[in-house]
Amino acid sequence: MKDSLGGVQTVLVLGGGSEIGLATARRLVADRARTVILAGRDTEALLNGADELRRLGATRVEVMQFDALNRDSHQGFIDECWSTVGDIDLVLFAFGVLGDQDVAEHDSKEALRIIDSNFTGAVSLLIGSAERLKAQGHGSIVVLSSVAGERSRRSNFVYGASKAGLDAFCQGLGDSLIGTGVHVLIVRPGFVHTKMTEGLDAAPLSTTPEAVAEAIFDGIAKGREIVWVPAALRGVMSGLRHVPRPLFRRLPI
Amino acid sequence: MAKFKRGADSLLAGWGGTGATRAEVVHPLSEMEIAEILKQRPERGVIARGLGRAYGDAALNSGGIVLDATALSGVRNLDEENGVVTVAAGTSLEDLMRWLLPAGWFVPVTPGTRVVTVGGAIASDIHGKNHHADGTFGNHVLSMTLVDGTGTTRHLSPADTPKEFWATTGGMGLTGVITEATFRLIPVETSSMRVDTERASNLDDLMARMSDRDDEYRYSVAWIDCLATGKSMGRGILDRGDHALLSDLPANKRRNPLAFSSHAVVTAPPIFPSGLVNRWTVRAFNELWFRKTRSDHQGAIHSIGQFFHPLDLVTDWNRLYGSRGFVQYQFCVPFGAERAVQTAVERLSLSGAASFLAVLKRFGPANPGPLSFPQPGWTLALDIPVGDPRLSGLLDGLDDLVLDNGGSVYLAKDGRVRRGHLEGMYPRLNEWRETVATMNPDGVIQSDLARRLGL
Repeated sequence: MKDSLGGVQTVLVLGGGSEIGLATARRLVADRARTVILAGRDTEALLNGADELRRLGATRVEVMQFDALNRDSHQGFIDECWSTVGDIDLVLFAFGVLGDQDVAEHDSKEALRIIDSNFTGAVSLLIGSAERLKAQGHGSIVVLSSVAGERSRRSNFVYGASKAGLDAFCQGLGDSLIGTGVHVLIVRPGFVHTKMTEGLDAAPLSTTPEAVAEAIFDGIAKGREIVWVPAALRGVMSGLRHVPRPLFRRLPI
Repeated sequence: MAKFKRGADSLLAGWGGTGATRAEVVHPLSEMEIAEILKQRPERGVIARGLGRAYGDAALNSGGIVLDATALSGVRNLDEENGVVTVAAGTSLEDLMRWLLPAGWFVPVTPGTRVVTVGGAIASDIHGKNHHADGTFGNHVLSMTLVDGTGTTRHLSPADTPKEFWATTGGMGLTGVITEATFRLIPVETSSMRVDTERASNLDDLMARMSDRDDEYRYSVAWIDCLATGKSMGRGILDRGDHALLSDLPANKRRNPLAFSSHAVVTAPPIFPSGLVNRWTVRAFNELWFRKTRSDHQGAIHSIGQFFHPLDLVTDWNRLYGSRGFVQYQFCVPFGAERAVQTAVERLSLSGAASFLAVLKRFGPANPGPLSFPQPGWTLALDIPVGDPRLSGLLDGLDDLVLDNGGSVYLAKDGRVRRGHLEGMYPRLNEWRETVATMNPDGVIQSDLARRLGL
C-alpha cells in the first residue's frame, strides 16, 4: 500500500535494466519500497540491479523477462507480475529505445521498431497494468515521456513521435482513471546522461538518472500529473513551442 | 459474483485527506445483511466505516467493500437506574449527546470530536481528556455484538469472551463488524463544564503542572505551541475541569441546565489551496491563541462543545489543508521518558513543521487490549500539512525515538508508520493476531491499514 505521504511499498519496473529505471528503484527502496520486480530483456543487468536493491534494504526482488515488441506475451506477463507479489503500488514505464534516426528515415522496419517499443508496446502494457490497478483500487503509473515528444525535431523525430504518442495517450489515460484510485504521472526529462545517449552531444539543461528518480519520488508524494526534469524545461519548452518552424528547424538542438 | 445489494464505487480517504483509494460503499440496514455480505467472501474483503474520522487508512479498503455503518443508528435500550445504554454501532456520539444529555447522562469518553460512531470508538479504543481518571471508551463497554469474518454473530463481553472482546477493542475493525454495544454512562447535573485554565511558559513547566495536580480533575488537556522556540519552546495552555454542578451555574442558566446544542457555526468550503496552512499562518494563529489566554482562570463555565470539541464548530475543517491534506501524528511514551517528549517537541519546533496547537495529555492505566493505544505516560498529537518533502524523514525519526523509548504510535491516526516498527510498538501483536485468526480465519475482513502494515 502507498502510505499517506506517498511512500510506496511494492514496485514494478518495466525497463528494470535501464539506468533511469534502476535509479528510481533505488530511490524508492531508500524510502519505503521493500518488494520490487525488475523486468526487462538484459538478464545480467537485471540480476545486478536486483543485488544492488537487496543491499539497499529491499526484502524481496524478483527478476522477470519481458519484451515490449512481443505484444502477445504482455497479458500473461502482467498476470504473472501480480500473481507473484500481489498488489503493486507503482508501475514504472522506463523502457524504450532511441533507435537510429538516420536508418529509420529510409527503412520503415527501424522506424516501426522504435514506435512499437516506445509507443504501441507501452500502450499494450499500460492498458494491462491499468486494468489491474483499477481492480485493486489504488496505485500509480509512472511513464517516462520526453521533451522530444513536446515538439518534433529534425534530428530525432521518429523517437520524438513515439514519445509524443505515448505522452498523449497517458494524459488521456490519467484523466480516464480519475475516481478509480489510480494515478498517472508523466515524466518529461530533457537530455539524460545514460548509456542510451552515450556519444551524443548533450543538449542544454541536461540531467542525470538520479535527478529523474528524485523528481519521480517527489511527483508521487505530491500527486503530480506531469513533471519536467529539470523543472526549468517546462518554461523553456513552452517558449520553444511557439518558435516558427522555419526558425525552429535551424536551431542547433 | 455475490448476490447482496451492491453499492456505488467511491473514492475514499481518511480524515487527513491523503491517499484516497476506490472501494464499493454498501449501506447495510441490518445485522443480517452484514452477515450475508461477509458470508459471500468478497474478493478484496470488507471493512466497516463509521463517520470517517480516522485520519489515515483504517477505514479504507481499496478494490473491496466498505460497509458504511451509519444507517445502523439509534438507542435500543436505556437503563436509567444503572446508567447503561445499548445502541446500534453506527450511532454517533453527537446524537447520543443530543438524546441523552437532557436526561442527565453523558458519554463515558469523548475524543476531540463528537462526530464519531460508537463502533469506531470501540475499534479505535478512543480516549479523551479523562483518560487518566476513566480509561478508554472500551473500559466502559459491558458487552457488544459483532459479526465476525465468517458472518457469524458473536456476543462479546470482558467476562465471558475476554480474548475476543479485547482483540476487538482497539482492533481497528479487523475482528469483524460491530453492530451493537452496551456501555455505562456518566450522570451529569448540567451540560456545562467548570474549567480552570493555566498558562505554562515552557514544556518543563507544563509537564510539572500536569504531574502535580492532574489527579484533582476528571478532565485535563494541554495545548502546546510547537512553533515556539528558545526559552518558550513547548509553551502551553492547560485546561482542566469537570462537569459543572447545578450550583456552579449562574442563575440565568439554571432554568435549563442540560440544554445542548450541536450546531456547527460554519462549514468550510472545499476551496482552500494546499499551502494555506503554513508556518507563517500557523505561527500567527498560535500567537493569538496564547494572547487570548492572558492569565490563569479559575472556575470558568464552558459549554461541552467549547471544552471538548472546539473543532466541531467548523464542519469539514479538514478542508483548510487543501487537496494535499495533512497527517496527524500521535504517539505515547511511558512515564520516565519525559525526555523523549522534550526531544520530539524540539525536533518539531526546529523543523518548523507547521502544526496548529499540539495536544499533550497524561494517560492513566492501560487496559487489556493488545492493540489498545494508551499506556501510562505521555501522549502528544499534532496535525501537519502534507507537502514538505522532509516531513517523511522527520516523522520516521520520531517513530525511532518513540520506539526506543518503549512507546507507540496511534493506529487510528496513522497512515505512514513503517511495517517493521509495529511489533516493537505493540509487543502483543502476535497474541492479537492469534485471536484474529479465529475470528477472521479467511481474511475476509480487510483494510488498507491492514495491507500496509501486514496486520
